[in-house]
Amino acid sequence: MTESAGIGGAGGKPIISIREVSKIFGGAVTAVDDVSLDIHEGEFFALLGPSGCGKTTLLRMLAGFEIPSLGQVLLDGQSLDGVPPNKRPINMVFQSYAVFPHMSVFDNVAYGLKITGVDKAETMARVDEALELVKLGGFGGRRPDQLSGGQRQRVALARALVKRPRVLLLDEPLSALDAKLREAMQLELVRLRETVGITFVIVTHDQAEALSMANRIAVMESGKVRQVAGPAELYEYPNCRFVADFIGKMNLFEGRVTGLAGNQITVQVEGLGEVTLPAVEQAEGEVGIAVRPEKLRLDREDPGAGRIAFRGRVSEVAYYGDTSNIFITDAAGRAVSANIQNEARRTDSHVAVGDDLWCSWDPQDTLVLTG
Amino acid sequence: MESWRRNPLVFWVINLPPSLWLLFFFLIPLGLIWIFSFGEKRGVVDIEITWTLANYLRAMDPLYLQIFAKSLWFTAITTLLCLAVGFPIAFGISFAPAKWKPWLLLAIILPFWTNLLIRTYALIAVLRTRGYVNFTLEWFWDQGNWLLALLGLGQYQLLGAQFEALPLLYNNFAVVFGLVYVHLPFTVLPLYAALERMDSSYIEASLDLGAGQFRTFFTVVVPLAKAGIISAVIITFIPALGSFLTPDLLGGTDSQMIANVIERQFKSANDWPFGAALSFILMYATFFALALRALLARGSSSMEAA
Repeated sequence: MTESAGIGGAGGKPIISIREVSKIFGGAVTAVDDVSLDIHEGEFFALLGPSGCGKTTLLRMLAGFEIPSLGQVLLDGQSLDGVPPNKRPINMVFQSYAVFPHMSVFDNVAYGLKITGVDKAETMARVDEALELVKLGGFGGRRPDQLSGGQRQRVALARALVKRPRVLLLDEPLSALDAKLREAMQLELVRLRETVGITFVIVTHDQAEALSMANRIAVMESGKVRQVAGPAELYEYPNCRFVADFIGKMNLFEGRVTGLAGNQITVQVEGLGEVTLPAVEQAEGEVGIAVRPEKLRLDREDPGAGRIAFRGRVSEVAYYGDTSNIFITDAAGRAVSANIQNEARRTDSHVAVGDDLWCSWDPQDTLVLTG
Repeated sequence: MESWRRNPLVFWVINLPPSLWLLFFFLIPLGLIWIFSFGEKRGVVDIEITWTLANYLRAMDPLYLQIFAKSLWFTAITTLLCLAVGFPIAFGISFAPAKWKPWLLLAIILPFWTNLLIRTYALIAVLRTRGYVNFTLEWFWDQGNWLLALLGLGQYQLLGAQFEALPLLYNNFAVVFGLVYVHLPFTVLPLYAALERMDSSYIEASLDLGAGQFRTFFTVVVPLAKAGIISAVIITFIPALGSFLTPDLLGGTDSQMIANVIERQFKSANDWPFGAALSFILMYATFFALALRALLARGSSSMEAA
């Protein structure tokens, strides 16, 4: 696997090393299954996967709330075995924020500093600085029940950041916010990470969130890490059917490799016939042929040689304003989705249900999935 | 509620029987006792309502005030002990594995299924001079002596010439012990309800920010359980203040509580007006405590709302 050269210094020394970690609950349920990962200094790292994939359990093992059944977690090369949560230089923003309702905003943020015996003047200065950082300057005297959900989350962020942790963990931090606020907060978290320079590890089930914020993403499924890559690589070069399907939308065809010649392979695909594609390592036997909806082109005429094409009928048009999603059903009854930009201003669709069209794409945009 | 207002017939069919029950068997008898408290005893069964305050003035006699004070004192200690014992129990149950919880709660509620009188007699069997606690202590005394003899120290009688049974029954200790035993479930259940509702991420957040287990307990768990603690205190304090069976059976001559005095007025002393006056003073004291609680709760309502 090639590592993407992300913005946040991927390829630096690992700050967290997860080594062959498994977590088995009650001797029966394997929540995390033999995961090995390196998270680098200064990264914005995302653990992405559907609910129940083990991403939160993995995060809780970094915080110290769960103990790995097998394997170990290293921080700066030192094992975290037997180190309780309150002794780890790692802080967490909880999904429910867990802002103490019986303390003022100031006391919440100062809580972690009082414990470590930071003197009064410094506590004041650091709490004010942390509140400024999350744009809550002047909110110190408020009580949590006088704050909105978004503001409470900022308190949770300030409370964790004020401790100047080596790593900040965020458990589904945006899931409770409405869509507009979530978008604004995504940008703000990225800006915040750049300001403080602390390594962020975020857990999310929202692929758009992970792609827009993180500079490296680990996609998890049933306790296993399927792929670790930067956002663009993950989107354009998913390494298996699960990742291809989970990240964005994907049209998937099943095929069989029939020949390998130089740097090209031929694949017999049901409904498309024999197609020639750029060669992929270890592609033999049954393979998945995948193409993103936005890579498809719709034509009235045969697009000609050099493109993979089939003829089908428009079965559905979903209009989103900026784009439209066109579903084309081929002769075999399979629906393929094409995403087209609505570039020119018009109120009628130039593609209507029932139209017979050519649907084609560049072989270079085709993915051959073996996993 | 709204639909009931639109359909008053259903509302009254459902609510009239219990309302009448409360009226005839609770409010009216209570009113009668209140009226009795302003009466004078004329004969064995005759009470003349003269609207005198003599019964209330008599209750202000130092003799009775002392018993009131003692009752409050016993009840306060009982409530504190119940909290001290009940909080760890409730905390333990709320963090126990889910499949154990019903059984642990059952163990707390189980004593309720046994008659109070029987439980109190069982306590007598445990605490009396020839009771199980003293038997156990005597066994240890015997073993100790045997060990000392084995070490060749038998002749010094280091553990005393003979076993002295501890006086555990018929004194103030026995009353408080019995009251704690009887009222513990009243304390544990509201505490459990409050702790069970508590989001465990508050505790995790505290640990995450560097606090140890003890600090987390006292700065996060206890303040967040405040509403539950107040409920537990009230629900323990009120019935404990009115106890008469426990001090009657377990107490000595000087450990009677106000309810014992009230009981005596209605039975052996046959002075209903005075007994009624004492009852109402006890009730007013309870109301005062509840009002105080409401006042305290209003002061911190912003905390509990969250």
